[in-house]
Amino acid sequence: MEAESRVPGPPPLSGSPPGGGGGAAAAAAAPRPGPPGAARAPPPPAPPAELGFDDDEEDLEVFSKDTSLTEANSFSPLIPTSPSSMLNQYKFEDEPELRDLFITVDDPESHITAIETFITYRVVTKTSRGEFDSSEYEVRRRYQDFLWLKSRLEEAHPTLIIPPLPEKFIMKGMVERFSDEFIETRRKALHKFLNRIAEHPTLTFNEDFKIFLTAQAWELSSHKKQGPGLFSRVGQTVRAVASSVRGGGVKNRPDMFTDINDYMETFNQKINLLDKISQRIYKEERGYYCEMKEYGPIHTLWCASEEDLVDSLKGVASCIDKCCKATENRMAGLSENLLPVLHEYVLYSEVLTGVLKRRDQIQAELDSKVDALSNKKAEKDLLTEEIGNLEDKVECANNALKADWDRWKQNMQHDMKTAFLSVAENNIHYYEQVKHTFLFYFYYFLFISIPLRSQCIVFKNNCLYPHLNVLSSNSIFLSNWCLIGQYTWYVFYLSPSMLILSSSSTEGSLVLLSTEI
Amino acid sequence: MERPEAAPLGASHSCQAGEAEPGPGPAEEEPGGGAAGTMMEDCLSKKIEITVSEAEKRTGRNAMNMQETYTAYLIETRAVESQTEGQCSPPDSLWRRYSEFELLRNYLLVNYPQIVVPPLPEKRAEFVWHKLSADNMDPDFVERRRIGLENFLIRVASHPIICQDKIFYSFLTQEGGWKEMVNETGFQLKADSRLKALNATFRVKNPDKRFTELKHYSDELQSVISHLLRVRARVADRLYGVYKVHGNYGRVFSEWSAIEKEMGDGLQSAGHHMDVYAASIDDILEEEEHYADQLKEYLFYAEALRAVCRKHELMQYDLEMAAQDLASKKQQCEELATGTLRTFSLKGMTSKLFGQETPEQREGKIKVLEEQIHEGEEQLKSKNVEGREFVKSAWTDIERFKEQKNHDLKEALISYAVMQISMCKKGIQVWTNAKECFSKM
Repeated sequence: MEAESRVPGPPPLSGSPPGGGGGAAAAAAAPRPGPPGAARAPPPPAPPAELGFDDDEEDLEVFSKDTSLTEANSFSPLIPTSPSSMLNQYKFEDEPELRDLFITVDDPESHITAIETFITYRVVTKTSRGEFDSSEYEVRRRYQDFLWLKSRLEEAHPTLIIPPLPEKFIMKGMVERFSDEFIETRRKALHKFLNRIAEHPTLTFNEDFKIFLTAQAWELSSHKKQGPGLFSRVGQTVRAVASSVRGGGVKNRPDMFTDINDYMETFNQKINLLDKISQRIYKEERGYYCEMKEYGPIHTLWCASEEDLVDSLKGVASCIDKCCKATENRMAGLSENLLPVLHEYVLYSEVLTGVLKRRDQIQAELDSKVDALSNKKAEKDLLTEEIGNLEDKVECANNALKADWDRWKQNMQHDMKTAFLSVAENNIHYYEQVKHTFLFYFYYFLFISIPLRSQCIVFKNNCLYPHLNVLSSNSIFLSNWCLIGQYTWYVFYLSPSMLILSSSSTEGSLVLLSTEI
Repeated sequence: MERPEAAPLGASHSCQAGEAEPGPGPAEEEPGGGAAGTMMEDCLSKKIEITVSEAEKRTGRNAMNMQETYTAYLIETRAVESQTEGQCSPPDSLWRRYSEFELLRNYLLVNYPQIVVPPLPEKRAEFVWHKLSADNMDPDFVERRRIGLENFLIRVASHPIICQDKIFYSFLTQEGGWKEMVNETGFQLKADSRLKALNATFRVKNPDKRFTELKHYSDELQSVISHLLRVRARVADRLYGVYKVHGNYGRVFSEWSAIEKEMGDGLQSAGHHMDVYAASIDDILEEEEHYADQLKEYLFYAEALRAVCRKHELMQYDLEMAAQDLASKKQQCEELATGTLRTFSLKGMTSKLFGQETPEQREGKIKVLEEQIHEGEEQLKSKNVEGREFVKSAWTDIERFKEQKNHDLKEALISYAVMQISMCKKGIQVWTNAKECFSKM
């Protein structure tokens, strides 16, 4: 048969054919027949391990031919390596070729001492920047270190939007602090945290950031001690509390920042809801998966007492099993592409509230000096000079915040759009997979009553066209295959609306064309 | 042997059995009325079209003169010939309630013990998942029951033997006085007591092996279908949850879109599609309930199979007891005649203690016994014949049932696949629309 030349090698005659593998094989093997119709979705993005060399090249095009990048992609097994999630990791608004700092967080390790148990993560940095002494660094950091970095950045840039860190611990549910799921979620969030800083036009050049990425453990400890001590931080906190008590800055706050504040209130509400809804959907999908896992095998069990129904029942059992696999993929898509994004923006809400407060405090400082000026006649010159400085400070802070806000807004839109698009795609792919599985079953059992003959039987638009030979080698690709009974059955798509069911039995193949139901 | 055409549940709401899929090798059909001796091809379903077209809530007084609410179902019958002539004569119709269906079925069970009598749809909703109501008055339940009752009538009408029953025909055509008519047949008295049947099941020594196997089969069938239905209900519950939670996206997207300038439109329209997605599950699961009903029918059929087995065991036990009784009488007779006492008996003891009987007494006893033996032998012969005939006709019907079951279950599984496909198509549609909206964000 002409079509056989297209099949990439004989498929293994085992009981369980690859779920999405058929699609991947199709992508690698034969040319596509024209534009895919609405009935068929493009094959799923398979992990690079399964795809041919072509797809690695595609990756390289996006990220530039920098060899350091390919190493970054391939060396860490813990980072999801599917193309779509890689795109999520390396999201940037600048052009790819301008990136010169690549950070990965992986390899969580447990450390047990007499006092405590904690986890450290490996942070690997690759860079071509001159400020860095070397082009590659590998250090181990624990959560505390990340907290330190964040607070240092907040101090240095009070009105810049510092990316959020994952929570210290989860209150709800008795999730053990060191469960694998918890550690993995945290690792991904920490990875995101560092990369967001790296992408930030200002923060990326922060000195503490550089030390965080490059210093060995003892170096970092000693550097931490050098920083503004506990007392100065206390002083800041006291001033902050005092100014907020005074209702600092709100009366002179430019409208723009009031708008941002109002926006954030609503946004915060909605994003929290979306986070909860999405977690709930994940839970329900998992529940569905568990029940389906039990549902399928009952059909196989039933076979034991029914001779004549064995094929029908086993067929349904295998369809349901494929459904389960497809559901697993759907869930993985949610947990990789949607849940972390929503959760990060839940945490961002808190960050932004803090930034607005700090801006208000700076404004409050100015306002209080201005008030003082109008009250105290003496020390006029000193106050005026101070006020001048503070006015500059306020203007800087406002501009910084404004610019960062615009940038944040843009990022947020992009992230949300990408996340929800990927959910939609995941769901489309899920339904396509399940549909094809059951469609195959349907056609097989509907047509199984037609006796095998050696010539082609064409059944199109509910009519029989004997001896019609429409198989042209350019237009067929293998979409799926399944083992039923003794024979292997192949499904080929001739066009988006016509498929061929073919058997490998030596008695001659039963070839059918039909329109989709 | 023609396979009676019973259209599977859910295939259509008013099924014409005559239009069902042709089975392999259609037998020849005699024209209506039937020549003498050929009863097989004249199924009632070929002559009249039966539908249960409506259901109505009624209130009335029950046997204890208390107010009650019940549902009545409208049975319509129409002669098939009038259809083909292009005329549409108005159907004859009458109202029946579920308890009357039960009465009919019990009547059939008693009078046709060799037939696997089609089951009724369930009395109370079972295997419900949380959204599904267990209330008998719930409109969805009533609707599914209506379809089930119609299916029951068509199955009976398609059965070559029971379709000819007069009581069944009056059930379809005679509204008033039917209940009295049934009760007058006195079928309740003919019914075998449950206790007798249980006793026979335990004590029978040599039942036909095929029936023993059939009993095991029906137990397995019942157990596996129950399990399947239970898990299916849980699957439906989860699926419902997945879809409905997505509905929340609709609301939140809409609220969120109010504060967004560029993303607003995309969010708003995507939210609408999420609502559509969430709403679509109701129809999907309603259709799946019909599939569950098809399986339930065979769950209940298992009980009908067991009823036939029980009857066989009862008859066989009866036979064995009669044979045993005959053998013991013969032995008694022999002992009396030869004067030997092989077995211990009270008579023997008392005669030893108090003296033997006179020869005349003995002669009298022997004569009585010989008469009884003669009667017993006749009875045994006829019981044997009955038993054999029962086994033969029962087994014929069981073969018919098996073919019907295989056909129906295969079709049910295919219809399940079709439902999944249609669900997927809807899902693809909605998410493709949503994707477009998201891309405009």
